[in-house]
Amino acid sequence: MADKSPVLETRNLEAFYGAVMALRGVSIEVPEGKIVTILGANGAGKTTLLKTISGVLDPEKGQILLNGEEIQGMEPDAIVRRGIAQVPEGREVFPFLNVEENLRMGAYTRSDNEVESDLEMVYSYFPMLKERINQVAGFLSGGQQQMLAIGRGLMARPKILLLDEPSLGLSPLLVQEIFTIIKRLNTEQGVTMMLVEQNANVALKAAHYGYVMEIGRIVMAGECNVLLASEDIQEFYLGVRGESQRAQKRWKRKKTWR
Amino acid sequence: MEVAQLLLGGIASGCIYGLIALGFVLIYKATESVNFAQGDMMMLGAFITLQLVNTDYWGLPFWLAIPLAIAIMAAIGYALEALIIRKLFGQPQFAVVILTIAIGFVLRFIAGFIWGHEPQSLETPFIGVNLRFSGLVIGMDEVFVIGVTLLLTLLLYLFFAKTKLGMAMQAASQNQLAAYYMGVPVKRINGLVWAIAGGTATVAGVMFAARGAIDPSMGLLGIKAFAAAVIGGFGSLPGALLGGLIIGIIEPFAARYGAPGYSQIAPYALMLLVLIVRPNGIFSQVQSKKV
Repeated sequence: MADKSPVLETRNLEAFYGAVMALRGVSIEVPEGKIVTILGANGAGKTTLLKTISGVLDPEKGQILLNGEEIQGMEPDAIVRRGIAQVPEGREVFPFLNVEENLRMGAYTRSDNEVESDLEMVYSYFPMLKERINQVAGFLSGGQQQMLAIGRGLMARPKILLLDEPSLGLSPLLVQEIFTIIKRLNTEQGVTMMLVEQNANVALKAAHYGYVMEIGRIVMAGECNVLLASEDIQEFYLGVRGESQRAQKRWKRKKTWR
Repeated sequence: MEVAQLLLGGIASGCIYGLIALGFVLIYKATESVNFAQGDMMMLGAFITLQLVNTDYWGLPFWLAIPLAIAIMAAIGYALEALIIRKLFGQPQFAVVILTIAIGFVLRFIAGFIWGHEPQSLETPFIGVNLRFSGLVIGMDEVFVIGVTLLLTLLLYLFFAKTKLGMAMQAASQNQLAAYYMGVPVKRINGLVWAIAGGTATVAGVMFAARGAIDPSMGLLGIKAFAAAVIGGFGSLPGALLGGLIIGIIEPFAARYGAPGYSQIAPYALMLLVLIVRPNGIFSQVQSKKV
């Protein structure tokens, strides 16, 4: 983690949802060229964290640094222009635009002439999208929409791509397929990613570094293989049962962070 | 021959309703609230043109005054959104609707204050110029109205389908949050949509003025255009034009062949019928949100 300065960093981020304190001092780092995953249950504040980073919510306190520059409190479109693209939770494609128009919307902030070659790049990773180039996005299946949403995020050619639960509502097979592509995009295209997930198993296998979030706090952090091996993660996030003398546990394990 | 004559007049006034309905639909699609001041924006556009053109006022050449009036109304539309409507960003749609009704009243009184409440007519190059085809009398004003509507429709179509900004407007109307994530400045886009609505309202106002006298309460015509937008399916641009044409055509026929008063009722009766038979309008573009 220490060899490169991070692309994205948050320092003591605090944010409210109405009266509810959704982020209680979150500090994370995403180094260049890596996938960092944020794990946590429903209501842990993962999506709030992403929304705060992309400017849809304003933080109450703390800083968000993109390549060392503070970006908190800026308008969302200014933040996209600086290089943060988000693949939102639940896909959120433009239902009445076709596949290609959706992808071109992803490149809205760009004015260079490499949009066409990036379009081909996206199609090479998602050949399914090329087959349906003129189809309206609202009639694609959930998995296809997710691929479209990821492709659309890539079209911004971001410094960092924020992925909000790409596995949501997809079959295990499709989840495998999408995560394989995410991993390939990272190694082949060098896309830095921040991956928010509930599916800890698949996320920890795809990412390099992981944070565990609970009720607005980071409670654990480490390399993914370390996290995968940790007893707490196994018990509470991967559902692995510890062995005991009578093949049945007599007490509930307590989380070590509380 | 009589039918053709009625049809022609109906199409010409239908174009005007259609263009006002277009303004309703544009703003509804972008901001999900109805701008009930649309008819009054049309009235204001017509009076601004009158101010520029008529020899009693500034007496500018007609073809110079039109683009100028459109530009002025576009600026007024943008300013209304940026200074007033945007303050309610995130509030219930109901609040915005009431606000636009209030804006309509204010515009009406401002126009009455400046230009008076007496009907006035716009000096156009084609007053009283008629073309005759074997008994069919075509007024130059009708040719102007239909031609301009076709041209404007084509321009708007090209703008929305081919330009990046037009595409961004479509995207923002379909999924505002996702448009934010793509880096679309949604608030500024909404302002531009109001500007376009102001521009089309001006064109509709000039067309209306070319066919008769205008007074500050002509904005009430907007209610008829609202019915047109509902008939077309609130949210579809071609639907709005079609709805306008239907209402425009039905009116003269009801007046000619129906009992007195039928022509006033016909547009709304048709709206009720469409709402019963096809609640989403003729060109429905409504998709229930999947979970």
